[in-house]
Amino acid sequence: MANLALLEEIEPSKGLSNKPTPKKYKKGKNRFLKKSVIPHLILAVVGLLFLTPFVWLVLTSLKTSDEIFAIPLQWLPEKFIWSSYTDAMQSIPFFNYLWNTVLICMLSVAGQLFSSPLVAYAFSRLQFKGRNFLFFLMMATMILPYQVTMIPLYVLFNKLGMVDSILPLVLPSFFGSAFNIFLLRQFFLGIPNEYTESAKLDGASEFKIYWKIILPLSKPALFTIALLTFLAAWSDYLGPLIYLNDPANWTLSIGLKAFIGANQIDWGMLMASSVMFTLPVIVLYFFVQKQFIEGVTLTGFK
Amino acid sequence: MEGKIYKEISPRNRQRRTLIIGLLFASPWIIGFLIFQVYPIITSFYYSLTDYNLFSAPEWVGIENYKELFGDDKFYLSLYNTVYITVFGLIPQLAFSLVMALILNMNVKGQSLYRTIYFLPTLVPVVASSLLWMWLFNSQYGLINEFLGAIGLIEPNWLLDPNWTKAAIIIMGFWATGTNTIMYLAALQDVPKTFYEAAEIDGANSWQKFWHITLPAISPITLFLLIIGLIGSFQTFAQAHVLGTQSQSVGGPENSMLFYAVYLYQNAFSFLKMGYASAMAWILFIIVLILTILIFKSSAKWVYYGGDK
Repeated sequence: MANLALLEEIEPSKGLSNKPTPKKYKKGKNRFLKKSVIPHLILAVVGLLFLTPFVWLVLTSLKTSDEIFAIPLQWLPEKFIWSSYTDAMQSIPFFNYLWNTVLICMLSVAGQLFSSPLVAYAFSRLQFKGRNFLFFLMMATMILPYQVTMIPLYVLFNKLGMVDSILPLVLPSFFGSAFNIFLLRQFFLGIPNEYTESAKLDGASEFKIYWKIILPLSKPALFTIALLTFLAAWSDYLGPLIYLNDPANWTLSIGLKAFIGANQIDWGMLMASSVMFTLPVIVLYFFVQKQFIEGVTLTGFK
Repeated sequence: MEGKIYKEISPRNRQRRTLIIGLLFASPWIIGFLIFQVYPIITSFYYSLTDYNLFSAPEWVGIENYKELFGDDKFYLSLYNTVYITVFGLIPQLAFSLVMALILNMNVKGQSLYRTIYFLPTLVPVVASSLLWMWLFNSQYGLINEFLGAIGLIEPNWLLDPNWTKAAIIIMGFWATGTNTIMYLAALQDVPKTFYEAAEIDGANSWQKFWHITLPAISPITLFLLIIGLIGSFQTFAQAHVLGTQSQSVGGPENSMLFYAVYLYQNAFSFLKMGYASAMAWILFIIVLILTILIFKSSAKWVYYGGDK
């Protein structure tokens, strides 16, 4: 801190030492090239490379199969054909998979929103014996590979008759996740004590403080963990692969994977299904991103 | 009013009260920890010492599974494949993220647009992105080979030639580095400007500023991304499992995409060798644990936390 203050004091003199010398003028053009043209060029090229797969995905989904397998490669279809989308919805039970996926996502988000903030509150705004030890233990579990607990949990859920239901996929959410709890804890720690002091003096219970003061102030952080949980559940593959055997219970991940396993690959249809699988999360992201930024500015926390 | 409350409760009772309230708030995690982590970790170790196929009771075999593993060529191959994509994938990908973040941090116009573009691919569900890349990598009609052919380079049979499958997985990984780039960018924006100004006064050039200021200042994020990335890399599964279907085999052509987690899954759920798979899981656990500890230990030398330094 002291160092920082010192540096700030030095700053004003910088203008003096920075007097443009003839040598610097010569370098001006070079500098412009280095500071502006080259970075832009790199960003644009990489950006283009990153966008191309999306473009190709959408274009393929709108082509006829002759156009898809055209040699030489044909960028744009003669006209946009939507039949890959209707075919995909007919030949795979798309809406059934969609519903299963949405259900798992919603329940996972609900579970995390119930449990993670409670635990984060304990680890940030309550003082009790053993708190730091428990917190350390929780952080340590973050390095535990899924594979270590996978088999015994499968055996356990199998014995409980829960395999082929969504329970094994959503139940754990109701007990919080280390990463979400950690994120929320960091946020709760940033809320000044003044916000809760008067309520404490009035004898409000901890739960009331949590529910009436901390949670409403934490909407942006709650949005963040809800979004992260949703994304993880939406794209989860290994979990549903293990637990959902009956095609009636499949999620989009498993349904689309099974589709290529069973058929001669129809790329148009596959790309159309992939668009329909991806679009909801992208739309959701843009929607929540706006909410998130609004939330941050409204509450005044950064 | 408040004085009254405190007088009625003795310090000792108050301590007990805060403990109970604390544990109540933390109880979801504590219960979940016991059911979904402690119990399975212990059981997993027990299974690793048994022969277990789900249908009959586990049969004690001692360290037989571990002995068998150390003589299993596919075990070594899966470990090799996994280490390969960690060394040649994870580390270049981290460096790439850092370079992109550094360029984004040069206050270029359209920063937020580029940031969004780099972030978008991370939103694509892994099965959808694997299918998309399967199509891009298609040896005859794929966009990538079309491009390579156009500039006169070789056109590999990406997903069917065992020499190229891991490269395909790694290239796909670059597409999903957006989260790391954004975390690096946030860290870069937090580096105090005064540090750079002071260095400029001392006549430091761009490279010196990067090496002596930027890199140390963002080293905590590097540590975090390295550990998270390492754990993720050792669990690589979905991409390989989907891309493998191109060659009609779980591990891809000549098992060149048989990653550790893929082989483990295959043992558990295709061969129903639950004991064997559990032994693999424990070895994975120990590998990840040792690597994490080594990185943390070494971090004392290369990670700088703010404050008086």
